[in-house]
Amino acid sequence: MAKTASRKSAAAPKGPAKVHVKMTINGEAVEGLAEPRTLLVHFIRENLSMTGTHIGCETTHCGVCTVDLDGKSVKSCTMLAVQAQGADVTTVEGMLNADGTLGALQEGFRQMHGLQCGYCTPGMIMRAHRLLKEIPNPTEEEIRFGIAGNLCRCTGYQNIVKAIQHASATLRGVSFQEAAE
Amino acid sequence: MIPGTFDYHRPKTVSEAVKLLKTSKDAKVIAGGHSLLPMMKLRMAEPSALIDLGSIGSLKGIKKVGNTIIIGAMTTQHELLASALVAKYLPILHEAALLIADPQVRYMGTIGGNVANGDPGNDMPAVMLALDATFKMSGAATRSVKARAFYKGSYQTALKSTEIVTAIEVPVPGKHGYSYEKLKRKIGDYATAAAAVVLTMKAGKIESCSISLTNLGPCAILASEAARAMIGTTGDEAAIGAAIVAARKVMDPANDTRGTPQYRISVGGTYVGRAIRSALSRV
Repeated sequence: MAKTASRKSAAAPKGPAKVHVKMTINGEAVEGLAEPRTLLVHFIRENLSMTGTHIGCETTHCGVCTVDLDGKSVKSCTMLAVQAQGADVTTVEGMLNADGTLGALQEGFRQMHGLQCGYCTPGMIMRAHRLLKEIPNPTEEEIRFGIAGNLCRCTGYQNIVKAIQHASATLRGVSFQEAAE
Repeated sequence: MIPGTFDYHRPKTVSEAVKLLKTSKDAKVIAGGHSLLPMMKLRMAEPSALIDLGSIGSLKGIKKVGNTIIIGAMTTQHELLASALVAKYLPILHEAALLIADPQVRYMGTIGGNVANGDPGNDMPAVMLALDATFKMSGAATRSVKARAFYKGSYQTALKSTEIVTAIEVPVPGKHGYSYEKLKRKIGDYATAAAAVVLTMKAGKIESCSISLTNLGPCAILASEAARAMIGTTGDEAAIGAAIVAARKVMDPANDTRGTPQYRISVGGTYVGRAIRSALSRV
């Protein structure tokens, strides 16, 4: 498999040669052809037609494009698809329970009204997913610091924090007693 | 917001990377990519080729050899924060890494990229000046350059275009006080002003002291006169006041959206004072 693409071969059509990119997304092996400059978020949305991952600012600020990649929360607008060659990626589409019901984080956002317009939600959920893997029972401060790379312009974050606390409780097998704001 | 076209290489060894860098005109090395890719998306950087260091295992990891902590250039800020060695021997690195960008960026951003890029807004250069670190580089030959001789100006460093920073060597300071105090408008922003302080005490007096500054000049600044104002004193307020005055004299901040030079010099001094007091409280 060619890992380098030459854009200068005389007979080639205009534009750089595409690279054969393979990765695992939500447990499934996927592949596609991408120019080296193709951003991971565009590869996911356009090549793979998985539109759960959103594009917001495209400048590494807003976090709506966050995916989980090899155990890291990554802003997929600031990574090339070719850099994710061979990676294990999880997107919001992979957050459902095995039986098709909403996963703990999705259910937490539903119960605690952790979204209004919903645009930031896929990024929030993917960031919270990794946060809860690293800190299963975070304090409110740890949650706020942990989601500092994700912007929400609707909620004021109160119910997003509660949604993550709700999910944390569910995953630890305890019930969450607080009501949404 | 799509970068221009380029060839992509993913070498497995440093020597392969160096060879690619030498043979590709206008090539750029990419580490975490969180400075370079945004610049490429804005077309402020249009390299003909990217040499991705992501598969070079020898550039990863943190180890202690004798009295030196050696950090591979591709070690991420997240890995620094998770390191027991860093927490124990170089807590200022832990403190500074927590203030860099946001969680997602810290998973990707590397210490090598942070020190080598030459951006005056990067936090690690000032910390490396305070710790008197040494950068190991590979090109036609391997060589070492002290952090204190590395920074020449905005995006201007001792690193040649055919060289790669491979590791950072930090002498363990022993029992010391430390602090990195950073003023920023919001999480994720570069410093409006920031100061690093590392000091040691002997018999109630400051025996050694380093003070350095972030984003208060075209590159990180070692405020040597300010440090001299502290050495030999008990760390009293008169000495701190003299250090602040001396530090302000070497500040030359840009006039940008973070404030006017006067404002940044003013708060820069305030943050030098805070960092000194914080370091004194931790010796």
